[in-house]
Amino acid sequence: MSMLVLEDVHTHYGKIEALHGVSVEVNKGEIVSLIGANGAGKTTLLMTVCGMPQASSGRIFLEGRDITNEPTAQIMRSGLAIVPEGRRIFSGLTVEENLHMGGFFNNKTEIRKSQAHVYELFPRLKEREHQRAGTMSGGEQQMLAIGRALMSRPNMIILDEPSLGLAPLIIQQIFEIIGHLRDEGITVFLVEQNAHQALHLADRGYVLETGKIRLHDTGKNLLANPDVQNAYLGG
Amino acid sequence: MAANNYRHALFCAIVTLIISFPILGFNLEAKGVNIELTGAKTSTIVAVILAAVAVFVFQAYRDSFMGLLGKLPKLNPLAGREPMEQSKRVKLESWVLTGIVVLALFWPFVVSRGSVDLATLVLIYIMLALGLNVVVGLAGLLDLGYVAFYAVGAYTFALLSQYTGISFWMALPIGALLAGLTGMILGFPVLRLRGDYLAIVTLGFGEIIRILLNNWTTLTGGPNGIGGIPEPTLFGMEFGRRIKEEGNTSFHETFGIAYSGEHKVIFLYLIALVLAVITALIIRRFMRMPVGRAWEALREDEIAARSLGLSRTAVKLSAFTIGAFFAGFAGTVFASKQGFISPESFVFLESAIILAIVVLGGMGSQLGVILAAIAVTILPELAREFSEYRMLIFGAAMVLMMVWRPQGLLPMRRIHITLNKQG
Repeated sequence: MSMLVLEDVHTHYGKIEALHGVSVEVNKGEIVSLIGANGAGKTTLLMTVCGMPQASSGRIFLEGRDITNEPTAQIMRSGLAIVPEGRRIFSGLTVEENLHMGGFFNNKTEIRKSQAHVYELFPRLKEREHQRAGTMSGGEQQMLAIGRALMSRPNMIILDEPSLGLAPLIIQQIFEIIGHLRDEGITVFLVEQNAHQALHLADRGYVLETGKIRLHDTGKNLLANPDVQNAYLGG
Repeated sequence: MAANNYRHALFCAIVTLIISFPILGFNLEAKGVNIELTGAKTSTIVAVILAAVAVFVFQAYRDSFMGLLGKLPKLNPLAGREPMEQSKRVKLESWVLTGIVVLALFWPFVVSRGSVDLATLVLIYIMLALGLNVVVGLAGLLDLGYVAFYAVGAYTFALLSQYTGISFWMALPIGALLAGLTGMILGFPVLRLRGDYLAIVTLGFGEIIRILLNNWTTLTGGPNGIGGIPEPTLFGMEFGRRIKEEGNTSFHETFGIAYSGEHKVIFLYLIALVLAVITALIIRRFMRMPVGRAWEALREDEIAARSLGLSRTAVKLSAFTIGAFFAGFAGTVFASKQGFISPESFVFLESAIILAIVVLGGMGSQLGVILAAIAVTILPELAREFSEYRMLIFGAAMVLMMVWRPQGLLPMRRIHITLNKQG
């Protein structure tokens, strides 16, 4: 069963084509990693899934539904959540308020339940419940960003560079949590520059290069692939 | 370091001379049909030079001056105290607010008519600023044409009363709704813009409305304005000496008291007070509802807010519409208070002043905005003794305020930290 399917997706920024026909498939319950160098189009691919910008050709299906031309707000309310690059938490709001924003379209009981769940995953956030989110450390902010995305009880979560600018120890924790999410049945689509860890964790992986999918294999095989080793794993 | 200081100070002094000498150092005098240029009195020139010297001294010893100033803020008696507990603070705040409102209810019966009139104006500005606070302070949309919605409210009442003889109480909701509708219609095409671009477009819309009112002479009377706008009535009782509309009774006859012009002024003040309180309460309610949090979230980070499934247009439009609605509210009261309106009352300066109130008060903070509205409206009146210098004093006060408290009088507070919990 596929969760998310991209079929020959092209995306333009004005006249410049950033994605030249990308096809990706993410099955239910999987962790799929997308790796690639700077400027390969990883973030563009994710943003296209979210509908900003919309794909100029090709089709995108979420749980079998064609979402290619749907507005962002509608896509993001249908069981999909994203942890955007650079965290983008609401720094002026408290941790709790940030989480409540994540569950904006749920009722109070659901919010309370998901909040308890998030605090269970990240006990640290519970301690900081009433603190302004902007005053927390980078790792805590990343936890909050993930927690906020989980508040809407998504079936699928997209993470854009969750390890960006974090200490190795924290990165380790974040990856553990991602593995834990899969165990809870959430499908994970992970975009990373930290190729080694991303592939290690992933069931399958895609390698994106200058707007095209270069390679596609299981995580293990990609780790062993000499081309990947040379280009992304430092030889 | 020191040499640099003196050079800078000298430069500043010269700039002072360059700016002030042509303005103060020459006089234009009408002699018959001609205008003659004469030099100013020696005293003026001496004053200009003294001012330049003062600037030089201040700039040269700036660091020590500022150091002295740095020691001043000890004035705050609460500085050393720990911040109050959240629940306690909220309780205290609501008590203080209730107290102020109760005082404000009795206040007009003891003071002069002039000050009641001024207070009514203050209340109108409070309504306007609270409305704009939603747009600018909470939703973060810089709106420089806010006065347009104020004008829509005022003109709705004026025109409807002229053509259909509608009463104040009927016009109040209609004016507000129409202003809200205008806000929605204007908002639709422009809300995709952000920051500076939005500011320019709203500025343009503000001007369009004003120019439309100015030039549509057949409907609005153009620059001549519209007069004879009726005053509000109290359950069909008029406050004038003689009854204007059939079927109404007059206030002083009903209660068997002597006629006094003050009744009307006080009544208008009370209406404005009630409406201002209603405005504050409704907006406070909005702020605590999910839509209020959505405004703040969109202000903080638009991409993140959208990634959570919030519709950018819906959230912005709701803020814009609600802001415009209360401007229409205020506009109706204004029209009724003045009895006469013209496009002159709705120039860009009004927008700028309302925006200044919001910024001075502390964006997003209701209490701050209310205090700032009081300060900004009353300060020029208090400074009336300084006649032509009063706007200068007003401007200087604003500059100083922004230097010392850029976050506003009473910045929005949402911090309730519980530290050291993890031990």
